[in-house]
Formats: sequence, C-alpha cells, structure tokens
Amino acid sequence: MMKPVFMTYTKKDLINLAVCMVLSVLVIPSFITTEYWYTSILIPWLCLALATIGQQIVMGYTGQLALGAAGFMAAGAFAMFNLILRVPDLGFVGSLIVSGLIAAAFGILFGLPSLKVRGIYLMVATLASQFFIIWMIDKFGWFKNYDSSGIITAQDIVILGKPFTTPLAMYFVCLAVTTVLTLLAMNMARGSTGRNWMAVRDMDIAAESMGVSLLRTKVQAFAISAFYCGVAGALFAFCYLKSLEPVAFDIKLSFKILFMCILGGLGTINGAFIGAAFILLFPVLLNAIGNNVFHGAIDATIISSIEQVIFGGLMIIFMIYEPLGMAKLWENIKQKWKTKIQSSTSLKSSLGKKT
Amino acid sequence: MAQERKFKIGKPILEVKNISLSFGGVKAITDTSFDVLEHEVRAIIGPNGAGKSSMLNCINGIYKPQQGTVSFRGQQIPNITPNIMAQMGLSRTFQNLALFKRMSVLDNILVGRKLHTKTNFLEVALQLPKVKKEEKVNRDRSEEIVSFLEIEDIKDTPVGKLPYGLQKKVELGRALATDSSIILLDEPMAGMNVEEKRDMCRFILKVNDELGTTMVLIEHDMGVVMDISDRVVVLDYGKVIGDGTPDEVRSNQKVIDAYLGVEH
Repeated sequence: MMKPVFMTYTKKDLINLAVCMVLSVLVIPSFITTEYWYTSILIPWLCLALATIGQQIVMGYTGQLALGAAGFMAAGAFAMFNLILRVPDLGFVGSLIVSGLIAAAFGILFGLPSLKVRGIYLMVATLASQFFIIWMIDKFGWFKNYDSSGIITAQDIVILGKPFTTPLAMYFVCLAVTTVLTLLAMNMARGSTGRNWMAVRDMDIAAESMGVSLLRTKVQAFAISAFYCGVAGALFAFCYLKSLEPVAFDIKLSFKILFMCILGGLGTINGAFIGAAFILLFPVLLNAIGNNVFHGAIDATIISSIEQVIFGGLMIIFMIYEPLGMAKLWENIKQKWKTKIQSSTSLKSSLGKKT
Repeated sequence: MAQERKFKIGKPILEVKNISLSFGGVKAITDTSFDVLEHEVRAIIGPNGAGKSSMLNCINGIYKPQQGTVSFRGQQIPNITPNIMAQMGLSRTFQNLALFKRMSVLDNILVGRKLHTKTNFLEVALQLPKVKKEEKVNRDRSEEIVSFLEIEDIKDTPVGKLPYGLQKKVELGRALATDSSIILLDEPMAGMNVEEKRDMCRFILKVNDELGTTMVLIEHDMGVVMDISDRVVVLDYGKVIGDGTPDEVRSNQKVIDAYLGVEH
C-alpha cells in the first residue's frame, strides 16, 4: 500500500483527482457546447452519483440492505424548497446543508429498525421511509406551500447575489458540491469511521467485542447516507428537474440508485460514479442505436423494455461473477495491463542483454 | 517456567459465580464458578459439548446466563454486553474465526484500536490534525503488533484470502491491539499443525510475559494446555469437575474418568 501524502490520499489519488478536475472544469466546458449534455446527462449524473455514494455508505460499507434513497432525496428537495421560501437569509449553500441535515434526521429515524432486523427484512422496513416521506409531502399542503397544481417550480439558484441559471453554471454548482462531498466521503471511508462501518458489515459480533457500538455505527451510517441523499435530492430538483413533485422521487428512483450502487461496485466510492454513468448513459445509447441503426423501426416502448431486460441480466451476471461490480472490473483490467506491460518490458530488456 | 516472571500473579481479575445457562430445555452450563487471577494463563478444558465456548460467551456478554454473576476486578457487572466488556478491558477471539473478511490484515488489527480512537466522523471527514495524530499512533501500534506476530509480509492482504493458521494469528493480533488487560482465546490452536501450534504457544506466552496480559484459553490439545497454563479448570456436562494446577488436574480421578470414559 502506498503512503498517503496529503490527508488520506496517495500520490496516485491526487493525480487522478487532478485529471478529473482538469477534465470536468476545463475540458468539458470548452468542448461540450450543446445544452442537452449538461441538462440531461452531466447534471443528473453528478446528482445521482452523489445519492449513490449515500447508498454506498449504508449498503456497500456498513452492509445494511436499505432501499429508500429516493425518499431521503425527496426530503432534501422539499426541505430546500421550503428553506429558500421561508428562511431566505440562509442562502443557497446554507439551505443545502440544512436540507441535508433534515434528510439525515429522517435517516436516523428509519435507520433504527436496522438494530433489530437485517437483510431482506430490513430492506422491507426501510421501504417505509420511501412511502412515508412521499405520503407526508402529499398529505400536508404546507410542504408544497399550498400549491394546487401539484408541480411547483423550483426557485432560481442564487449564490452570493449571483444567479446560477444557465446549464453550465448549474453544472458547476453540482460539480463543486459533488467534489467536496466525495472527498469527505473518501476521508471517512479510509479512516477509522470507515473501518467501523466495514467491521459491522463483515462480522458484527466481533466488531461489538472490539468496542464498536452497533447502535451508533449503524445509525451514523444511516444518517450520513441520508445526508448525502438529501443534498443530492435538492440538487436533483433544483438543477435537473427545476421543479418539485413527489412523483419524481418514487420507488423506481430508489431502485435505480440501488442498481447504480451494485453495478458500480459495493463498497467503493468511484463505483458510484461508474454505476451512475452506466445506468444513465445506457438508455441514451440504446435510443441512439434504435434511431440511427434501425431508423425508428423499433418502438420506443420496446427499447425501454429491452433496457430493463439488459439491466436485470447484468445484475445477475455481476452478482455471480463480479459481486464487487464495475469498479473491481476496471481495477482488474488495469492490473492485467500493468503486468502485460511489465512482462513485455522485462522481455525486451532480457532480449536486449542477449544481443 | 523456570525464570522469574516480570508480572507476578496477583488478585482475581475475573470471577464467575454460579453461572447457569440453558437453551430451551438443554442445559449448557450448570452452577459453574471459577476465577481468573491477574497475569496468569488460565485454561478451560473439557470434552466436546462441555460448555466451554458457552462459558466464554457468557463472560463476554454474547449469551445472557439465566443465573449467576460475572465480576471484573471485584466489581459485579450487571448488564453484560460485548461492548461493555471491551470497554472494561476484556478482549477475545472466536472459535470459528470472526474476522472482517474483506478488510486487510492491518485494517482488521486497526479495528482493535477502536477504543483508543476518540475522534468522531466529522473530524475524520475533515481530516483535522488531531485525527492524523491519533491515526498515526494507532497505525504505529498496529504495525508493532504485526511485526510482533511476524506477519509483516501479509499485512495488506484481505484476511479472507489467508490460510486458517494465519487467520488465527490475525485474530490474536486484533485482540492484542485493544491493549486489554485480559484476553479470552477460544481454541486458538484448533486445526493447526505442530509447528503452527508451537508458534501460537510462543506468542501467547510472550504476550503474557512481556505485557502481563491475563490469558484465558480453551484448548483441546492436552499437551499444550499442561505446558503453558498456570491453572486449569475442567468442565464436563456444564459442571466444574476439576480446578487447579496442571499437575493437580492431571491426577484428579474425575478428570481422568471424563476424558478416558468410565464404566458405570
């Protein structure tokens, strides 16, 4: 293992980070000019990747099968709407943090069953969060500011008096929030906090015998996870949907995030980004194939059905052959390349010696 | 042990009084009492199903006995949980290996440092200077244990990939990392070959000798038990049938009967 040079990051991490930053801050804005890419791909990708990190913390790291990410996202989104509406002094960033905290409070509440039930039963118990939060928002008009239309337009994003309304500006807002929260998540995952999570995941009774409190660790993981989902939900509503409707945060979205988590690789942070990219881009790719190769001969509903079939198939294949998902697959490919290059260079040098 | 011990055997550190445990109608332990003195190596032996592991699980708080009390340093502990016992300074290993399989050897041992970690998740997320300081202390101590157990070359391997004997060593390492004053070892040498057993004995004695850690171990290999322990308690059918030095136990007729069988 390499020595960390800054915080918990190794030299390789810092290089990766620098590459990502250059790509996302300089290269993408200067080469991609079509709005479509920002509004329909990059912004939702960043938001959902953030929510997937939340899912990773509770499921990938702490091993608690939870299914209700979209519920916490809804809590975050509507908290954000109400905070901007009712407490305008908080500002955008302040409201974002507080909405995350409100979602975290829900996370603590719905994480409590994890102390008594586990596995598939916990999954059913956490579904309550999904339905309860959406029901609560629908039932009490206050949350929607008594808007009768059902769909509320999100307020404009204003940070320090400057409006962030263009797709590019919103992309930067999402990028900044996601980057900061990702770095914090990595610090936790690699530090003592992450070790406690993984200890609970791998062998809870032994973790307890080492002095790791199951109650505190599980509830903490649920709270942090819900915080990430809440912030992601707020960004999702304000930067991507630009509207607030409870229907947008239905169980389908929870499942989507679950799939992103599993396909990306349980217990990895970069897997969250890979998984989210795959699940977002795959339907786009299928549509493009449908339109350009078959020239619309295949009905759109069939294409979306094919999408489901392929996702389902992939889930099964990954569960059987690579439970650690695409992040691990990527790691393996890199490892293979490395050994290939090494063996070819050592072959060359040995050949060189002979002649 | 011929030479003088650095840590003289002292007062009782752990006292088990009148413990009875049953699962449904099956009695695992009946009215069992014994004590463990500070700095000694105490063995619990007995035939299969004698209730040895159940006994450790009662001491550690995994099982709740229907009757009886456990006292630590003379103080009776009312609501025993594994967490409370860990905080009092009691650590343990498990019969069927309870390691964190997907974590590396070093990370497993680092979890043992949990009670020496005082920083919270927010401080960890922000990597404040005190987090770094604490992490360094914990890492240094863990590295020390790794080199003490002579497992430097595997410290970054996920423990799930290690052979059984090495996993047992890692488990001992994790218990050591807690800096507990007493460690319970549940069959630390089961499934090991002669060489590995000798190694493990050496480590147990070395820990006891250098750190003064009180060791309570369950073991089947009678030769090993008689060699390394100061006192032995023998259980059979959940009852104490012998308690004393290895020599006393060896000449105890009840113990001989339990192990060799007796005609009724």
